[in-house]
Amino acid sequence: MSTATMAATKPMLTLPGDAVRQIQWRFADRFDLQMLVQSARSVARGTVARLVASGERNTHEWTPGKEAMLEAFDRAGVTAAFMEPEEGGFIAGPKNLALALSAFELAWVDGGAATASLASFLALSPIHERGTQQQVTRYKTLAAPQRADKDGETRKPWRGAFALTEPIPYVGVDTGMLSGKVEIAEWKESEEPWLKVDKRGRFITNIAFADFVTAAVGSADPRIKGSCVVILEVGDEGTFDRGVATKKLVHQLSSTGDPIFSLKVPASRIVGGYTVKDGVIVPNFNHSEVIEAVFRRTRVPVGLMTAAKLLSAVEPVIRYQRERFRGAEGAKPGSIRYEQGIQQREDALHRLVDIWATGEAAASLGFAAARLFDALDPIEKQKNAILKERGVQGGRAEIKALRESELRAIELLSLKAGDERRAELGADPLVQFVLMDAEANVLCPATKLWNTGHGANMMREAVSLMGGYGITEDCPGFLGAKWMDSQLEATYEGPEAVQRRQLTITMTAEIFLAKFRVWIHEMRAIAGTHAGMGACTLASAMEMWLWTLKTLQRATDPEGNKLYHGQRQGVTFALADALCWMVASRCQILDVLELEARGVEDAAAGEGLEGTVPFLSDLCHVQAARAAGETARICAELVFGYNEHPSWSDESHRGCFLASELAAYEGTMPGISAIAIDVLAEDGSHPQKAGPCASCAGNGEFLRMQNKLTGCLSGTRLAKDRAAETVKAVMIPAALDYPA
Amino acid sequence: MANPLHIVVCAGIVPDPLQTLEPVVTATGPGVKNELVLPAVLDPWAASALYEAAHLAGKWPGSKVWLVSVGPKAKLQQVMMTIAQKAAFELVAIDAPIGGFADAEATAQALKDAIAGIAGLDRERLLLFGGWESASRGAGVTLQLVGERLGILDQFQGVDQIDLREDGSFEVAERVEGGRQQVSQCAGAPAVLGWATGNLAEPRNNPQLGMTNMHTVMPALQRAKRMDLSSNGLHYLSVSLPKQQRLTRVVKDATPEAIAAELAEWIGAE
Repeated sequence: MSTATMAATKPMLTLPGDAVRQIQWRFADRFDLQMLVQSARSVARGTVARLVASGERNTHEWTPGKEAMLEAFDRAGVTAAFMEPEEGGFIAGPKNLALALSAFELAWVDGGAATASLASFLALSPIHERGTQQQVTRYKTLAAPQRADKDGETRKPWRGAFALTEPIPYVGVDTGMLSGKVEIAEWKESEEPWLKVDKRGRFITNIAFADFVTAAVGSADPRIKGSCVVILEVGDEGTFDRGVATKKLVHQLSSTGDPIFSLKVPASRIVGGYTVKDGVIVPNFNHSEVIEAVFRRTRVPVGLMTAAKLLSAVEPVIRYQRERFRGAEGAKPGSIRYEQGIQQREDALHRLVDIWATGEAAASLGFAAARLFDALDPIEKQKNAILKERGVQGGRAEIKALRESELRAIELLSLKAGDERRAELGADPLVQFVLMDAEANVLCPATKLWNTGHGANMMREAVSLMGGYGITEDCPGFLGAKWMDSQLEATYEGPEAVQRRQLTITMTAEIFLAKFRVWIHEMRAIAGTHAGMGACTLASAMEMWLWTLKTLQRATDPEGNKLYHGQRQGVTFALADALCWMVASRCQILDVLELEARGVEDAAAGEGLEGTVPFLSDLCHVQAARAAGETARICAELVFGYNEHPSWSDESHRGCFLASELAAYEGTMPGISAIAIDVLAEDGSHPQKAGPCASCAGNGEFLRMQNKLTGCLSGTRLAKDRAAETVKAVMIPAALDYPA
Repeated sequence: MANPLHIVVCAGIVPDPLQTLEPVVTATGPGVKNELVLPAVLDPWAASALYEAAHLAGKWPGSKVWLVSVGPKAKLQQVMMTIAQKAAFELVAIDAPIGGFADAEATAQALKDAIAGIAGLDRERLLLFGGWESASRGAGVTLQLVGERLGILDQFQGVDQIDLREDGSFEVAERVEGGRQQVSQCAGAPAVLGWATGNLAEPRNNPQLGMTNMHTVMPALQRAKRMDLSSNGLHYLSVSLPKQQRLTRVVKDATPEAIAAELAEWIGAE
């Protein structure tokens, strides 16, 4: 083969690499996380990719190959990422970002592998979040993999499964619909009670090999109050039946089954412990309190799984587009058709830019949420300690106690820079808690909802860009499987409706809205220094959303019913959807700004920064425009959609002109015919439509914002054109770095 | 052992051999197409040497392993995030391009200078490890040249195994033609050992060890000097991949024996 001449340098030379991502997602100074990323990547693009390529997804059963994947997790250190150093892990402190990065890397190749990894953590999470110290030590130590530096240790780590589920046969989670029962089996004087637990699970991940199960159950005994989560072990007395494998169409590298448990366990297995009051066992935490603490954190990595898939699709799609015509008679080497393939066409490039921009926004949102939980975890513990010291316990008492902190937080947000009270309020841990908590209450469901829901739609788009190849098993990057898998990610750990329902409440919290106003100013300020990122567009959309929310909270429909109401999901859910678009876009912009600011100091990232930052900024602009468009559409529908359309009643078309009247007026008022919209014919018949055109009277403010937003879209398509040019020229390796 | 070992492993990073490595002419000479975007790994032969070194050092308390590695800083950092979890070592980094077309003389000189500059290294106890081959173009002489420059005359290539004795002497098995091994006795360090694949499996990740290594890896990367590895007048007239030959014909209903016989005949004719 003869030598070829390398193409001239292009604006963004290569796909964003690790150095860029570490800065964007804020772990450039965390070597523990960088190691974890490389470890998870080696398993994903090695063991996992080989399993998928060899067809291991084509069976529902748990196979030796899938078992080997778990062992690969252990060997690589992925399993230990959840543990504290003293429990066999290597990452000290909160691990939300760590688990998010690990899930992201695994899902880059296969979502089922990521789920298999996360499921053990999910089983441990109730214990980690709410368990007694004894429970935490026991189960996390047992679940820690064998340490590489301890020769001769042959212990197999315990795997766990988490069993919630509502009555079978349906699949899904609703924390209010428990089917498992717990009652007293034996309670001898001055001895610990024994419990009888009966639980049937459905779609329980990890069940084929689980050594322990954390199961949510309700009391079937007056001597036990409410509900709780109990820990079941495989050696417990009674039935531990793993059941049949669920015939799921997705995530086949994770084990899923429908188990049956009928076991006798000591009451010390109640997660978080219990107290005995008047002869009744009162669990310290009911199952909802445990689950809320768990899902709140574990939903974020799920959202990031779909984000990973979108970004993983970029390289194989580019390669397919460029090589599409090679080998054909009409595509000779050196010709445009040979070199550029489908990338000659603007549509192919623009669609890929949309997918890429979505992936960037989804990743930025998810990692922002993960980082926020890392920051929130220690503050939450501090808050708990303070409230305990003050004798405040329980949900309502806590809400009441934190009310003053919320007011202080809102005051803090309203203070100008340099105000002396800022330092005082900002140092208050309870103020810090309520601020972070309010944001986390939005970012978590937004990540789960938008990343997976809209992400699944965009994965379909990615598959479609591969033509018929996309829906074959040969498709590089397993895009077809990733598309299908994303539907499960949108469903498990709380489907889309659950996330929207949560957002309906959390996004209207006073403190969140105060923060949202600060974000609007923040975006305007960014627009002042970075005109081409779409920050101004986004700020205009955020203003419109806020105005619409406030208006709808006061408005009623023609029958006098409130529009913003928990039961009126046509309003509330739509606004939640719009909010997700905007928060994702905001996070994306902030990440690129971080890269621009810190990248220059980084020897590795700094080299290509002149190309990478403008390209990622163009993607921000593209995404901001899309977010603004969605917001404008949703808000317009809600603001106008609940006004009754006028009909051809006498009252409604009293103001209509007759055609003959207009002709007569034309002599004295030239042009009036062009202004009049609803004109009756000579016989009094009206035009063929539903009624006179609706008036916009009273909505001038909305129209002003809409008008402004429309203008803010200036330049967005130019940004897309520029991004498309980069996509056409960016350098990619000759082959994927994993078998496909 | 009276004197603990001082093992220096020379291990470059190379583009992942699973990638299609296409040679191209760049402004500075031959290179690998899209080199910037190719994932990098520790050169597999050198990686074997590192694992053998770590294994030996683990058996002889007080021993120490240094890893001297050449590559672009960013890629070195990425590779170290994995390698640092596999073996205990202290990194000495040299920031230079990879791709396989650097002059072996210049590379050897850079490695020698780096090794000579290692504080606390006892050259009399030095075992210089590396790969006898490389996943890059592999001139196959770099390690020998480093040894020569360090004044080490006992050199072994294609090493499969080393049996170290209490007195510091060792027996070493080298690969020779015909699938055989040549077994030599050596009085002891200093010596150069260019490893074949060794006998050890890739160690499992040890994140705790990785965290320990990071205390020296990151400062070493920050200290790494940028070197151009000048060509010393070396230039390439052309570079190309070995030619692939593909002869396809469709044959139906052939028996396995007939297919095997034809393959054997074809291989014999090549």
